[in-house]
Amino acid sequence: MSSIRKPAAESAPHMASQRGLHRRRFLQLGLAAGGAVLGARYAFAAPGATDARFVFIILRGALDGLSAVPPVGDPDYARLREQLAIGVPGTADGALALNAQFGLHPGLPFVHEAFTAREALVFHALATPYRERSHFDGQDVLESGLSRPHATPIGWLNRAVAALPAGAAHGAQLGVALGQNVPLVLRGPAPIASWSPSKLPAIDDDTLQRIADRYVNDPLLSQRLADALATDRVAAEATASSAASAPMTAGESGVMRASTIPAAGAAPTAGMPAQAPGRYLEVVSAAAGFLKREDGPAVAVFDTTGWDTHFNEGGAQGQLRQRLGALDAALRIFKETLGDTWSRTVVLVATEFGRTAAANGTRGTDHGTGAAALLLGGAINGGRVVVDWPGLSARALYQGRDLRATMDLRSVIKSVLRDHLRISARTLDAQVFPDGGIPYAADLIRS
Amino acid sequence: MTIVAAAAIAANRFGLGARPGDLAAIGEDPRGWLRAQLAGGAPLLAAAVLPSTQQILSGAEPIVRERTQARQAGQTSADPAAALSLAMRLPQYLRPIYVNDVQARLRSALRTDRPFAERVVHFWSNHFAVSVDKFALLGIAGSFEREAIRPHVMGSFRDMLLAVETHPAMLLYLDNQQSVGPDSMLAQRAARRGRTLGLNENLAREILELHTLGVDGGYTQADVTGFAKVLTGWSIGGGQGQFANGMTGTFQFRPLVHEPGAQTVVRKHYAEADQAQATAVLRDLAVAPATARHIASKLACHFIADDPPAAAIEHIARAFEGSGGYLPAVYAALIDSPQAWSGATVKYKTPQDYLFSLARGLTLPPESEPRILAAFELLGQRQFAPGSPAGWPDRASDWDGASALMKRIELSDAVAQKLADQRDAMQLAPELLGGALTAATRESVARAASPAQALTLLLTAPEFLRR
Repeated sequence: MSSIRKPAAESAPHMASQRGLHRRRFLQLGLAAGGAVLGARYAFAAPGATDARFVFIILRGALDGLSAVPPVGDPDYARLREQLAIGVPGTADGALALNAQFGLHPGLPFVHEAFTAREALVFHALATPYRERSHFDGQDVLESGLSRPHATPIGWLNRAVAALPAGAAHGAQLGVALGQNVPLVLRGPAPIASWSPSKLPAIDDDTLQRIADRYVNDPLLSQRLADALATDRVAAEATASSAASAPMTAGESGVMRASTIPAAGAAPTAGMPAQAPGRYLEVVSAAAGFLKREDGPAVAVFDTTGWDTHFNEGGAQGQLRQRLGALDAALRIFKETLGDTWSRTVVLVATEFGRTAAANGTRGTDHGTGAAALLLGGAINGGRVVVDWPGLSARALYQGRDLRATMDLRSVIKSVLRDHLRISARTLDAQVFPDGGIPYAADLIRS
Repeated sequence: MTIVAAAAIAANRFGLGARPGDLAAIGEDPRGWLRAQLAGGAPLLAAAVLPSTQQILSGAEPIVRERTQARQAGQTSADPAAALSLAMRLPQYLRPIYVNDVQARLRSALRTDRPFAERVVHFWSNHFAVSVDKFALLGIAGSFEREAIRPHVMGSFRDMLLAVETHPAMLLYLDNQQSVGPDSMLAQRAARRGRTLGLNENLAREILELHTLGVDGGYTQADVTGFAKVLTGWSIGGGQGQFANGMTGTFQFRPLVHEPGAQTVVRKHYAEADQAQATAVLRDLAVAPATARHIASKLACHFIADDPPAAAIEHIARAFEGSGGYLPAVYAALIDSPQAWSGATVKYKTPQDYLFSLARGLTLPPESEPRILAAFELLGQRQFAPGSPAGWPDRASDWDGASALMKRIELSDAVAQKLADQRDAMQLAPELLGGALTAATRESVARAASPAQALTLLLTAPEFLRR
């Protein structure tokens, strides 16, 4: 079995560059109709199309914001959270201090470093417009950007990509999904790449060319094949270079994983704890490798699951700690691999909704409303907690059970898209988030 | 629609993919071929050697007990190597059970002569999804399908619903064995010692949202909470500690944990005592009009189109309501829907569809089973491992990613390289695709530079990627 797209440090660079040439040669054939289709997009974007980079990490399952960003200064917090409560900063396993009112979960040391370096903003008590408690509808609203579930099959980030100055004009892939398939937030008319590590042997150029020819009258398949080939080539180069340079410390034995990325190995590994740091490193490194290229995509989406902590959630230690720790380690590796590109990057970490203010009866939390979110990156005007805190008193809680949402998550997203990706407010208001009355948040991006 | 194309629809859209000879056997009455599969009783797995949930969980109990005792005795901190080997014993015990179950499932999918019955097993198993993503499910996701799904797919929806919601796998997956009535005797006892015990609403919410009424089925948060109270006490026998009782690995109602008193769920008052209360709610949910519509929509999406016509959903929903949820009547309505027979290939195959149809079409031998199972993982649909209680998604946009397509192409090529001297793509193409085979694919296969390339071109053809 060839490991051409597997960036194992010892063998990949050589093989990957072979593969790169392989595919490039194929793409230049351009003789048959299929070849012409393929030749049209040989790279992500025109060089210099845009140098701002935006990454959206989706936490599916509803992250417990009151544990990730504990309001340690709120008088009702410890009482509501019982054993789940995170201690005040300075105590053993206590929160990492943000300000007098808020801390970060002790499993998020990198986020805390970024906050201290003014490269992270922490948001709390915010939500999408969705006010029910279904994960699946909640995620649909998070990704569609509209106020009702299933209102559109097009995601807000696809609409944003389509509005990028260099996007439609070049027909280039300005977005990439790190996974086999494209999540709703990136789906739509703008071409989007998807990438995930492959353990399968590469296929020869002639067969690929014939498959491309066969797909020529099938718009979906010809588009997908073209996207795959373009991404593949870039991935081979990107992972070859970053696998050599990336730190091999993938952090805690965390369980975060891209939901659609299959585990390595020749036999099913069902139910085994997803601890393989190599696989994890592969995806994060690949993402960074794509984004740091001059002709790289402007946006990337990384999907994670496992945040639905109904039972035995844990406090400073435990199940959620494992996942947060893995997320934190991923962010650190991502930054280190990005190098200078970090200064032009914004990472949004967000979830479909929050969880109940009180612990439930089984040392976990149920589906709630107000959530926490993070913005990180060198382009962030950071070091602040952005919140209109509603409090956790019985009267303050939404429907008597959830943290109330006082901010629309779309305000944060709109501001990043306007101030970082330089999409005009007019386009954003008309096309990306057409629901009226969503204000812009101020000063999120370094000027 | 030509007869031949209808046979291909029956075999590939309703079934799990044509094997050589299947289309000829289906012949001129594809609807009759499907209807005949509704008779013959429940499609149980032939392999009688697979253990029951009760046996599996009973086998796990001493391992868990030993580990707990070692931890309490402080042995695990004293000897890390011994602790590790102790920690590995449970996965080492459960993993072969999982592998045996997915192999039996695969074998059944490849060899069954009732592929439509087998597909509805997969449909329901996914509708009532449990996932080995949660470690506790590793050993029993397969036995869940064998015990709660298979016996009922040719019976009533109500019986399946009751079997599912009382099965240890579902109770564990959605945390109900942990949920405690806030005013139950146990909660009161705990409160006197300063401990709070209470509800976990996970199972109640997903029954309403995913299993029965559907997210727009007209229930509120108050209904979720009320139903969660009704469900308290629905638990699993055995276990450790002072409340261990009942037979390990079987449903156990625990009166101590049950919330006393009447509850209201979806505008109806339930005054029943104990276990009968939740049974009464489930019986009503099973035949609710919203449930009929929800199930009809999902079936239509699975068999007709990603966005099925309203008339087809209506037709299936009426059959559900009219029969009180008798599933063969519902399937018969589906078979009778003219929309199900339109277009040669309208549904993009999931990785599971793709692999089952590939393995059936090539009549892969038993020794290739481990590689087929590994392929499920490579293509992103590890068996019994959906990412959420909603199960695997069922629309093209969830599966048609560029990277996903490239993996199918690479996998096809790898399979073709191995089998090229034993399978003739030109002969296979009409056998597998019948009337759905296009001139373009026939030509591309015919002009291939090698037998292996011909096979790859067949397995990656647009009409083989869809059903």
